[in-house]
Amino acid sequence: MPAISEYLRSGVLPHIWCPGCGHGIILAAILRAIARVDPPKDEVVVVSGIGCASRAPGYLDFNTLHTTHGRALAFATGIKLAKPNMRVIVITGDGDAAAIGGNHLIHAARRNIGITTICFNNSIYGMTGGQYSPLTPVGATATTAPYGHLEPSFDLCELARASGASFVARGTAYHTNALTDLVYQALENKGFSFVEAISQCPVSYGRRNKLGDAAAMLTWQKEHAVNVRAAAKLSPEELQGKVVTGVLHNSPRQEYTDAYAELAARLSQSKGGRPA
Amino acid sequence: MSAARLIQGNEACAEGALAAGCRFFGGYPITPSTEIAEMMAARLPRVGGKFIQMEDEIASMAAIIGASLAGLKVMTATSGPGFSLKLENVGFAAMCEVPCVIANVQRAGPSTGGPTAVGQGDIMQARWGTHGDHPTVAFMPYSVRDSFDLTVTGFNCAEELRVPVVILLDEVIGHMRERVELPDPAMLSIIDRRRPDPSVTAPSDYLPYDHSAEPVPAMADFGSGYRYHVTGLHHNERGMPTGKAPEIDRLVRRLAAKMELAREKYLLYEEHETEDAEILVIAGGSPVRPAKRAVRMAREAGIRAGLFVPRTIWPFPGDRVRELARTARRIIVPELNLGQMVLEVERYAYSSGAPVKIESLGRVDGELFTPGQIYTAIQEALL
Repeated sequence: MPAISEYLRSGVLPHIWCPGCGHGIILAAILRAIARVDPPKDEVVVVSGIGCASRAPGYLDFNTLHTTHGRALAFATGIKLAKPNMRVIVITGDGDAAAIGGNHLIHAARRNIGITTICFNNSIYGMTGGQYSPLTPVGATATTAPYGHLEPSFDLCELARASGASFVARGTAYHTNALTDLVYQALENKGFSFVEAISQCPVSYGRRNKLGDAAAMLTWQKEHAVNVRAAAKLSPEELQGKVVTGVLHNSPRQEYTDAYAELAARLSQSKGGRPA
Repeated sequence: MSAARLIQGNEACAEGALAAGCRFFGGYPITPSTEIAEMMAARLPRVGGKFIQMEDEIASMAAIIGASLAGLKVMTATSGPGFSLKLENVGFAAMCEVPCVIANVQRAGPSTGGPTAVGQGDIMQARWGTHGDHPTVAFMPYSVRDSFDLTVTGFNCAEELRVPVVILLDEVIGHMRERVELPDPAMLSIIDRRRPDPSVTAPSDYLPYDHSAEPVPAMADFGSGYRYHVTGLHHNERGMPTGKAPEIDRLVRRLAAKMELAREKYLLYEEHETEDAEILVIAGGSPVRPAKRAVRMAREAGIRAGLFVPRTIWPFPGDRVRELARTARRIIVPELNLGQMVLEVERYAYSSGAPVKIESLGRVDGELFTPGQIYTAIQEALL
């Protein structure tokens, strides 16, 4: 199994993330999962949108694409359909995936196209300095919610499942080994996989909401995560404020580019006249 | 030549794309461009290509850029509001030097405007619609056959220069049916993007944005062994983000220099009776046909009128306009907007120093010019 250092473009480090940020932990978990699959590096494409998480691909020694805000999945769809043999991974954040890119998320899930999506959820727009995202908890403070956030947040995993994703999971930066395992399973699923990875942003979120330093925020993840099997035995009241982790949905079905290949094969057999 | 067919401009555009080697189309339904997507949906899966209807205009532009990075020749088609939506990613393609072709079948605007009404209000938008200094080449076909020819040329230009290319059709050109004989694809001159040669360039030495390869570096397909980074951020020759002023300056100026290369290699126009023309009509797209008729009527009446037809609209064939302005007393510019192309005509014609007068003849009611309308303008110019 390759060392994850083999997947880094060491010449471009250090990374831009702030001290205490959870994104590096999550990225390492992703790289360990890739190492377990051990695909040829030339066949791996990592695509991202805009935001803190989306800077990750630049550090990786794969085919890497840092696109426009919210659109990573749409670019990735073009790559996967053009070259179905490639292993396409999308790295996105909560603002990128759930706000500006929400439409692409639900449609990529609906198609069940073979893309592994990992959403780094730090509950905030960190790159721009702490504005609320669709995953900022109600009541939290952000620079654009100085009096407390009014809007309920998305459950992105529920959204992905309802939209048709064939594999859905949630992990945290604290539970690094479990997260590695979840990403590995996501990579092994042939269709659309979605993994929400809870991250911590001590600089633009924790500080403003008096959640303590990075260690305190990681401790919060440890104390609030409940594995999906344990959660099944808890009442809705007991689950209030908890984060359900683990494999939330695993239901393989036909992958989109496979369906396209079948169509092309069917058409090549029926040579008939040119369609109108 | 294949047998004669009666087809629309939109179909000719799709035929041109297929003949040029387009093997990926990302689309979204919008009038009056939809027939291009419909035809690509029917044809591409039969020729080893890929068609996908994406969830919106933005996504279809994104998908074709992704497929182009994976090595395919790519296209999308749109109109009016859809073109506005695509423009952010058109800028991404310009910045990251990803070849792609966007057919914009112009309809009358602004906003939703007239979906089935003709307009040419996107001429300036095609050049300057996405933010920042950037290259965009645009062609403006004036007939069904020209839609085929300029789409082929557009693909060649996109591949050679690594730029987004806009085919600015309009509703009349897109929906008009004409008898055409399309050339045998095997007889066409087709250009593919330059790729790095593995026997010359090792992956570790590959510079995806090599400035010394002025102005167009070799482009590796994703998955071909050259692993590199593509970002819309200012980037250095390796493709990595940079904040260094000299690197940024070098990049943006090299990108802009592609417009000069387009001027050298892709500046297409036609002229009819311009040599002695004292009244010069300059028209592109669907106004060309009524303009041709008006010029013929003028000649029959003994008026020395001529017609200049830009087929490349960006870059604008301004040097030739400047020359013609030395003979012409008067230039009339009929266009289906309130004066966009005429701004370029003025810029070049007035710089000749000749005492030429320029008249903008705009029409924005969703209808095409009649020959009589342009002929009347020619007659009035003599008064």
